[in-house]
Amino acid sequence: MSVPELSSETLSAIRLTIELAAITTVILLLVGTPIAWWLARSKAWWKEAIATVVALPLVLPPTVLGFYLLVALGPSGPGGQIASLWGARTLAFTFEGLVIGSVIYSMPFVVQPIRNAFEAMGERPLEVAATLRASPLRTFWSVALPLARPGFLTGAVLGFAHTVGEFGVVLMIGGNIPGETKVLSVAIYDYVETLRWAEATVLAAGMVVFAFIVILTMTLIEKRVARPGK
Amino acid sequence: MMSLRSLAAGLVVAAISLPASMAAAAETNVAVAANFTEAAKEIAAAFKEKTGDEAALSFGSTGQLYTQISQDAPFEVFLAADDERPAKAVSEGYAVEGSAFTYAIGKIVLWSTDADLVSGEDTLRSGDFNKISIANPTTAPYGAAAVETMKALGVYDDLEPKIVQGNNIAQAFQFVQTGNAELGFVALSQIAANSEGSRWEVPVDLYTPIKQDAVLLKKGEESAAAKAFLDFLKGPEAGAIIEKYGYGTAAGS
Repeated sequence: MSVPELSSETLSAIRLTIELAAITTVILLLVGTPIAWWLARSKAWWKEAIATVVALPLVLPPTVLGFYLLVALGPSGPGGQIASLWGARTLAFTFEGLVIGSVIYSMPFVVQPIRNAFEAMGERPLEVAATLRASPLRTFWSVALPLARPGFLTGAVLGFAHTVGEFGVVLMIGGNIPGETKVLSVAIYDYVETLRWAEATVLAAGMVVFAFIVILTMTLIEKRVARPGK
Repeated sequence: MMSLRSLAAGLVVAAISLPASMAAAAETNVAVAANFTEAAKEIAAAFKEKTGDEAALSFGSTGQLYTQISQDAPFEVFLAADDERPAKAVSEGYAVEGSAFTYAIGKIVLWSTDADLVSGEDTLRSGDFNKISIANPTTAPYGAAAVETMKALGVYDDLEPKIVQGNNIAQAFQFVQTGNAELGFVALSQIAANSEGSRWEVPVDLYTPIKQDAVLLKKGEESAAAKAFLDFLKGPEAGAIIEKYGYGTAAGS
């Protein structure tokens, strides 16, 4: 089979999508880890309320998030105030705006597996580390993180993949700007709407293959990582 | 992945609603271009009052609706935002030959919620703004008209980096309404009812008239309600509503 030629428009959408997913995943690992740690360890009675807030994007339609973001990123919301620091008016229609949206939207996919991993290792390893006089920070780095590795891998892969698959939120706050906010899912949608089905087919099939590989890889990695521990 | 999910959902919806539409004889499913939303609702209400028949309206961009129709969506009538898609529907065999007619002529307006921003074509020439919102010109005729206007004024190349696209004219309006874009090309029908902000009604010689055509789809060929709705749409009562919402009619202008 010959490889169909991709237009520069399509290539830029692919590049943009990978960039968005990668940056979002890194931010989510940085932000999500302390949240997951706290959710796994805290005894606060209201922690499940916080967990619920984190999980909300799982069930909310992307249009709800998109609508709130459109208002929040705009001149009358906090996003507009931040944007005014460099003389812009809004964070909507920008790559940064998409990153903010994606971080919120994909948060549960990263936090949940990491939290599960932290919970699964139990108190015991941490107590042992404490009796060996490891500082809490040292314990976290040398004991908790390695033990929770499968959770981190799952979270990172899911966060990345889910951001690649994001559509509704981007459609509502992106403004369809090539090279800035026109990601793969929106490009496919555009192709379908304009009846350019040849291009749509190539991209859509690519997404199916991508999703298959992601999920399969994740399952295999999880199995492999989990084994030595047992 | 998301698009696949929604495709599957769409198929399920289509499968469920298809038998329903065939069962209810006095109901007709009408696909309506987003810009005509408010007028269509009022026309459907007047239609129901007069005939007792129900017109169930589905809104979307013309391109999106056309794609759905080509995939056997259960629509009987198609009110497009252009005259191309209805003609194409006829030539592709989705619509009944000879049934297409122009029900409204759309007008575009440059609009801002800021009362001082839009003064006329000078506003476009000055380029004194960050973002200008238009509907996606490849799928929405109002977006194409906006691009045509900017090209006719010779400002398109300068403004291109500032353009943000809504998926349809409703979203282009939303971007301006929420202040994310300072101004944008919207349909006159969207702001005909309010007097807020500032606006410039684009002279009709700057863009090709947006002839909005309606067509009877093959699925509605045997539906009395679908035909009655189209007849009603041609009549004077509907015409008055259409003009009230800021459109021209073939008869009126």
